[in-house]
This record gives sequence, C-alpha cells and structure tokens, in this order.
Amino acid sequence: MKDDSHGASIARRFAFSAVFWLIVGLIVGLWLAAEMFHPALNLTPWLAFGRLRVVHTNGLIFGFTLAGVFACSYYILEKLTRTPLAFPRLAKAHLYLFNAAIVLAALSLFAGLNTSKEYSELEWPLDIGVVVLWVMFAANVFGTLIRRREKQMYVSLWFLIATVVTVAAVYILNNLEVPVNLFKSYSIYAGVNDANVQWWFGHNAVASVFTFPILAMFYYFLPKSTGLSIYSHRLSIIAFWSLVFGYLWTGAHHLMLTPVPEWIQTVALAFSLFLIAPSWASVINGYYTMNGNWEQMRTNYLAKFFLLGITFYGLQTLQGPTQALRTLTSFFHYTEWVVGHVHMGTMGWVTMIVSASLYYIVTKTSGREIYSVRLANVHFWLILVGQLLFTVTLWIGGIMQGAMLKATNPDGSLAYSFLDVVAAFYPFWMIRFAGGVLYFAGIVVFAYNLVKTAAPRPMAASRNPLFRKGGIG
Amino acid sequence: MNLYERPVLFAIASVVVISVGTLVTTFIPLFMPSTQPVSRYIKPYTAIELEGRDIYIREGCNNCHTQTVRPLRTEVARYGEYSKPEEFAYDRPFLWGSRRTGPDLARVGGKYPDAWHYRHTVDPQGMFAKSNMPAYRWLAEKKLSTDYTAKKVAVLGYGYGPEEVARQIDAFRLQVADPNFPAANQRALVTPGPVRGEITELDTLVAYLQKLGRDVKELEKRSLERK
Repeated sequence: MKDDSHGASIARRFAFSAVFWLIVGLIVGLWLAAEMFHPALNLTPWLAFGRLRVVHTNGLIFGFTLAGVFACSYYILEKLTRTPLAFPRLAKAHLYLFNAAIVLAALSLFAGLNTSKEYSELEWPLDIGVVVLWVMFAANVFGTLIRRREKQMYVSLWFLIATVVTVAAVYILNNLEVPVNLFKSYSIYAGVNDANVQWWFGHNAVASVFTFPILAMFYYFLPKSTGLSIYSHRLSIIAFWSLVFGYLWTGAHHLMLTPVPEWIQTVALAFSLFLIAPSWASVINGYYTMNGNWEQMRTNYLAKFFLLGITFYGLQTLQGPTQALRTLTSFFHYTEWVVGHVHMGTMGWVTMIVSASLYYIVTKTSGREIYSVRLANVHFWLILVGQLLFTVTLWIGGIMQGAMLKATNPDGSLAYSFLDVVAAFYPFWMIRFAGGVLYFAGIVVFAYNLVKTAAPRPMAASRNPLFRKGGIG
Repeated sequence: MNLYERPVLFAIASVVVISVGTLVTTFIPLFMPSTQPVSRYIKPYTAIELEGRDIYIREGCNNCHTQTVRPLRTEVARYGEYSKPEEFAYDRPFLWGSRRTGPDLARVGGKYPDAWHYRHTVDPQGMFAKSNMPAYRWLAEKKLSTDYTAKKVAVLGYGYGPEEVARQIDAFRLQVADPNFPAANQRALVTPGPVRGEITELDTLVAYLQKLGRDVKELEKRSLERK
C-alpha cells in the first residue's frame, strides 16, 4: 500500500536530495583523492585542494547526511507519533530552501569564502540561513510531538530531540563572528580559546549529525525491517543519557599536546574513554535484538546494512578514544591514520544505516517492493569492500608515516625529511583512490536502484494515472 | 510525571545535560588566564601580514599545514621550539589545522629567503619533484585588494589606525617593486608585467609566512645572548 501522507512525501524528496548530494560529494572526494598523488589536477583556484576539501566535507556532512536525517526524521516523526506533520507547508519550504542553501554553500566555498574553522567554514550570511533552516525543522519536530496521539515517545524520538538541541547550541556558539563585509568575518574568540571552542563544536557536530540521528534511524528501522523488537528498553535509556552527557566533554581530544591547557585535554581524554560504554550499549542492543534470528543476514537484504553499520559504529567508538591516548596521539595525530578513522565512521556506519533507511522509506512511500534485491546486495558489497580497502590502507600508511616522522639516527638527528615521508606515501594514496572508486560504484548502484524503485512501472502507469504521483519528487 | 511523555520537558532536560560539559570544558576556560596569556614579545600582524593571512585562509592552506609544534623530541628537532599559548593572542581565527599533508608552518618565518617562497608557492614540483602541493600561480597574477584592510585591522583591534594602515601599504608597495628588493629577480619571474609595480596576493602571503614564529625566534635569540 502506498503511503502518501505529507511527512512521507517530504521524506521521499529529502531522500532523493540526500542521494544527489552524496553523489556530488563523492565525485569531489574522488577528485581530491586523485590530487593527492597527481597534483596537476589542481587545475584552477576552485579545484585546488584547500578549497575543494571543504566542499567535500560540507557537501557530505550537510548536503548528504543532513538531507538523509531530514528524510528519516519527517518519516519517523509521523509514524512514531501517529500524527500528521504539524506544518506540512513549512516542511516543503524547508526542503526547497535546504537544497538552495547547499548550492549557495558549495558556490561560496568554491569561491574561497570560508572562515577556516573545520565543518563550520560557511561565512556569516549562510550561517544565519542555516539557523533559520534549523528553526523550520525544529518547529515541525516539536509541533508534531506536542500534538502527538501516541503517548509514549520511543527512543528514536529522544535522539531526534537531542539532535535538534545539540546542533543548535554548538553551531551558533562556534560561529559567533564579527563581520567585515558580506563575505568576510573574524571569529570572536582568539587563539587557544578559538581552538577549544572549535573542537568542542567539531566533535559535537560529529555527535549530533553522525551519531544521534543515525542512532535514531537504527533504533527505528532495524526493528521495522526485521520485525524484531529492540532487545532492551532500559539499556537504551542508559545509553541515551550517558552518551548525550559525555559527548560534550570530549572536544579537546582533537587538541592533544597543543597549547590548550593540559587539564582540558585530560578531562576530554577521560570522557572519551567513558563514551565507549554508552556507544557499545547500542551495539549490544542491536546484536541482542537479532538473537535467534541471525539468518536474516542472509534472507533480509536490509538486515546486513544495519548490522554491519552498527559494527563499524562499535569499532569507530573504540578506535576514537584509543587514538586519543597521549602516547598514541603523539604518533598518529596529523597522519592519514585519522583520515582512515573518519572514513570508517562516515562510509561504514553513517552511509550503511542511511542507505538502508532510505531503501525502507522509498519502498514504503512508493507502495512497492524494492526494484532489485540483487542490486541492493551488489551495492552492499561494493561499499563494504571499497570502505575497507580505503580505511585499512590509510591505517597501514598512517603507521608508516608516524614511524618515519619519529625515526632518528644513532646521533639523534632525524632519519627522514618531510619530503621522504610524502614520497613514500604515493602507493597508499593510489590504493585509497581505488577503494574510493569501488565505493562510488556501489553508491551509483544504490542511486539507480532507488530511482527505479520510485519510478512508475510502465504497465501500472498506463493503467492507473494516480501512480504517477508516486514518482520522484 | 514521565519524562518520556513530555517533549518540551525532555528538550529542557537535554539542554541541561549537554550544558554541564560545555560549561566546564569550554565556557569557563574562556575567562581563565591560562587560555589567553599575553606576552610583550608577541606582536600583532602588520596590515600586509594580515592580508596574507586572509589569503592563506581563503585558499584553505590550513587543510594541509598545521601551525602548532607539539612538545615532542622529534617534532622540536624537525620544526623548532614547541608552540606556547601566548603566540596565538592575535589569531582570529586560530589556524592550527588537523592534518599534515605538508609540514607544520609555525616556525617557517625566516627559515627560507623570500625568493624561495616566490619560487616554491608558484611551482612546488619545480623545486621538489615528489611534492604534492598545488601550484598557486594565480596568487602572483592577482593584485591585492586593500579596500577592507583598514576595517579588518579595526575589527581585530590591532591598535593602529587607518593612516598607519595606508602608510604600511605604501611602504610595502615600494619595497616589493624596488629593483633592489632581495627577491626582485625571482618575483619578476613569477609576477606578470602589469602587476609588477603593485602588491600581489603572493607578496602578502610571503610576508605572512615570514612572520610565522619570528617573534619566538627573536625571543630565543635574546635569551641566548643573555647567557
């Protein structure tokens, strides 16, 4: 049966926006990966690595991930409250303005308008736009929650509320700046404080875009697509509050051994280790949900996306705190190891969960089965193998880089120049690029499968013009 | 009263829960002396260095170069004295970076002559075949816009006014266009004729790079002399 509530239709359009920005962001990513070993590709000012990297990160964090989050949020919100969206026209405006904002953001970053603060590079007029968009989203979240017919709020809704609140707080506080003109501003914080505020933001942008809402999807779509209920409600309560409490203390683990006061670094490190517990509470909750039903890994094409996704979440949340330890950070920080770490989270955890959730939404809102389970499986294996080739290569290379940079001769002098270390990395950059290509191929298969699922089948369309409504929005 | 049945209360509870770590690790430190030490040896940027810094930001140099040396033996051996908090008092934003695709630049000032930077920035592979740095040719071709320089200095509160900004710009133009400028030959090689008599974006970037870490090196030299 076709689901054509307002929430479902907005969700579907956000789903396709997400896929579009995913493909754009990955093409940019591939170009960057090739620039690492072929610098002649820095053809123009806007294609030079320094500008292009920012387009890649912003495009995938804000274009792809947030669009996916909006798609799932609008969908989940209606289902879990058993209430139509409070402001459907506002949601529609949100959809159009969001995509327009991403276009403007990309153009401004290509033009070199950026504040330099990572994942917060947009200049102040666009920052204001982001805040307006967020308020539009929040209005629907709280409006619908207040009017809801279902008394109890399910765990996915808690994570959704935490997302709305945390993004607002960290984004606004990190972007406080004094404008010079329409295109240029300076941070109100200086030096050490600017660094400390920035990484408090940086880490919690990860929490509130790559963790809370993705967990909301996991807790909703895993039970929905497997027909199994979550193993422990109590465990999810403990996991939620300790995760949300702990995350805000950990920003300075990005600033280990810098001039930031040592106590802030140590507190951040302690809380990073603490976060292993609530992170793994969700992993365990996911695994135990499957208890006795693991054959779904074979029979249910969606189950493996969710379970591999939560597995990478578990590995990510172990690797993160470990590499923050002073001994290890002194070795790994500033090397490609960390780039590998980030990409396990984004390519392994985030994209696995978001793709499976979008499959679920698009099939339900189109009222059809998936176009091809076989292609979904091809998609799964390509993104899994592509990601592993990518990340494992960078970890091995990162160990080599760290070791070469620390190597000394018997007289105490440095064994390698910086350039020696760059030269040694070329093969690793090439293999990483190959991993990226495999991954990208998987995403192309995903997009094709999703479009085919949503597109009206010729037979049905000729018989029933109403089916046209189910096309791509 | 059940928290899981009250969305607004739940949101307020979430705000309280995220505020604790924020207050302790981010907000309170804003007002502590340890995060904003001042040293009379650290000087604010000149108008030209500031414009160079903004070019550095525009091109995203911070995506590949860090500006903080950690107190580790091999790092100090590679780059120089480790970074201290007071060095960044005038840095808005900070530019420490998070990844070293290229080397750290916190101590690059005075390490190479200007001519080296003119040549290297425009054609890194011409100097080091295995370098993967982009070639920033267009910086040498573009005249610097000084429309907002005085306003920038005012916003940042560097303690000198628009007349001083104008004086610094004029003096710098004369300096780089002078045939006796030490890097004159190399500059002429990379700078197209029409802008040779002007300040280019590359001129300011080189000035900025030469400022990085210089105050600290000066301080070190003085304390050595005292010994």
